[in-house]
Amino acid sequence: MDAIYDYRQLLFDGTIVTIELAILSALLSILLGLIGAGAKLSKSRLLQGIAGAYTTLIRGVPDLVLMLLLFFGGQIMINNIGEATGLWDYVEISAFTAGVATIGFIFGAYMTETFRGAILAIPAGQIEAGKAYGMLNWQIFTRVIWPQMVRYALPSFTNNWLVLLKSTALVSVIGVSDLVYNAFGAGRSVRQLFTFMFAVLVIYLILTAISDAGLRWMDRKYSAGVRQA
Amino acid sequence: MAAESETPIGDWLVLVSENYSPLDFMLVADNFDRFLWGAVVTLELTFLSLLIGGVLSIPMALARAYRHPIWNGPVWCYTYFFRGTPLLVQTYLLYFGLGQFEAVRESFLWGPILSNAWWCALIAFTLNTAAYTTEFLRGAIVTTPFGEVEAAKASGMSPATMVRRIVLPSAFRRALPAYSNEVIFMLHGSVIASTITLQDIMGVGRWLNGRYYLAFEGFVTAMIMYMILVFAITRGFKLWETHWLGHLRARTETLAKPAVKAAALPGASDFR
Repeated sequence: MDAIYDYRQLLFDGTIVTIELAILSALLSILLGLIGAGAKLSKSRLLQGIAGAYTTLIRGVPDLVLMLLLFFGGQIMINNIGEATGLWDYVEISAFTAGVATIGFIFGAYMTETFRGAILAIPAGQIEAGKAYGMLNWQIFTRVIWPQMVRYALPSFTNNWLVLLKSTALVSVIGVSDLVYNAFGAGRSVRQLFTFMFAVLVIYLILTAISDAGLRWMDRKYSAGVRQA
Repeated sequence: MAAESETPIGDWLVLVSENYSPLDFMLVADNFDRFLWGAVVTLELTFLSLLIGGVLSIPMALARAYRHPIWNGPVWCYTYFFRGTPLLVQTYLLYFGLGQFEAVRESFLWGPILSNAWWCALIAFTLNTAAYTTEFLRGAIVTTPFGEVEAAKASGMSPATMVRRIVLPSAFRRALPAYSNEVIFMLHGSVIASTITLQDIMGVGRWLNGRYYLAFEGFVTAMIMYMILVFAITRGFKLWETHWLGHLRARTETLAKPAVKAAALPGASDFR
């Protein structure tokens, strides 16, 4: 336990990186999820096809495979495109960026399904009523769809967020100094990997418990005025 | 890079593969046997852990569902712990962590099992999947229609017979669609084996990329192989569902063409 205390700063820094990474990739996944849900619900066959291919691809490929592919391959591809078109010079993708991009991309697919289901749960009459009042599309979105979509999407969103938080542990494989990476380094140097890995598990449990409480609070807030059976 | 071949077509393929194709497919073809062995490791780890974890989860789910006075609490703690933490760290804890204790290093289990990456991965994956399976099986048991339970009681079944013949079969059926997600999740999770030196599909992909200093070939091959496995599993579960849940399908179409769609899999969002 003394060793944990000695390395508390390193563990704390790692926890912050993990939280940053989780929040940034969650924001990216929400954005991609909204676009994906919009595409799946649109009338265009092409957009439906692209969104369908996206969700199928993500369901088929493990996250670590995509992450390593993006980290090692994405950089080369971006630089090859840059070289061929002359639009940009040598770009270096940091491990952190690759981590956020991959996790955001993966969970964007799950968010697509979440948001699609939530939008479909909103009675069509309400959207029609919005149109009848002469609301613009973005007004219908912000005033009618969004507030209800959040409520319908919350249970599945909570689920996705908890899985996402746990998935961030994988970025340690590509060398991001997140919680797992830092704890592994510290544990190895003092030959107490069990103690340090156990500490990591406890920190993850605390993060899950906090997010659970936070999302419950949000659920209460967005369900205000809804009668519950 | 690929091995020399004797036929002109082979030479031409190697030339194209090395110089013009975006991916050196001949290199992948030359190492394809390694990938197949990798697939064996992946499938072994995935299905053995699902099998053992599934068997372990049945008594635990019953203890949770019927609120067993002694076991309900410990099982809840176990599932909460394993569901709330990353599989990667659980695997590291077992594989890298256990050696910290001298008692473990000197026990008879150390040599054959606990210092072995394959066994550590299997144990970690089993404990992980057992925790998830316990919880959704519990959900399925709790939602057993009360009429079924009443009918069993009215027929004079003992509690044990009722669980064995009524509650569990009915719960398995309801849990089946969600279970296909668990299987796919476990397959996805099994790539973690490659981080503790095992040569599963991903391990071979990483080996190939490291050996020939490549960025794409190994990972893209791994990606395609995982996709094939996932589609095969999804397909298999659809067949299993039509078999097991056939009596629950809505009879909307003609008898000649059974409505398969009613038992469609849940979307990707149901994935944990």
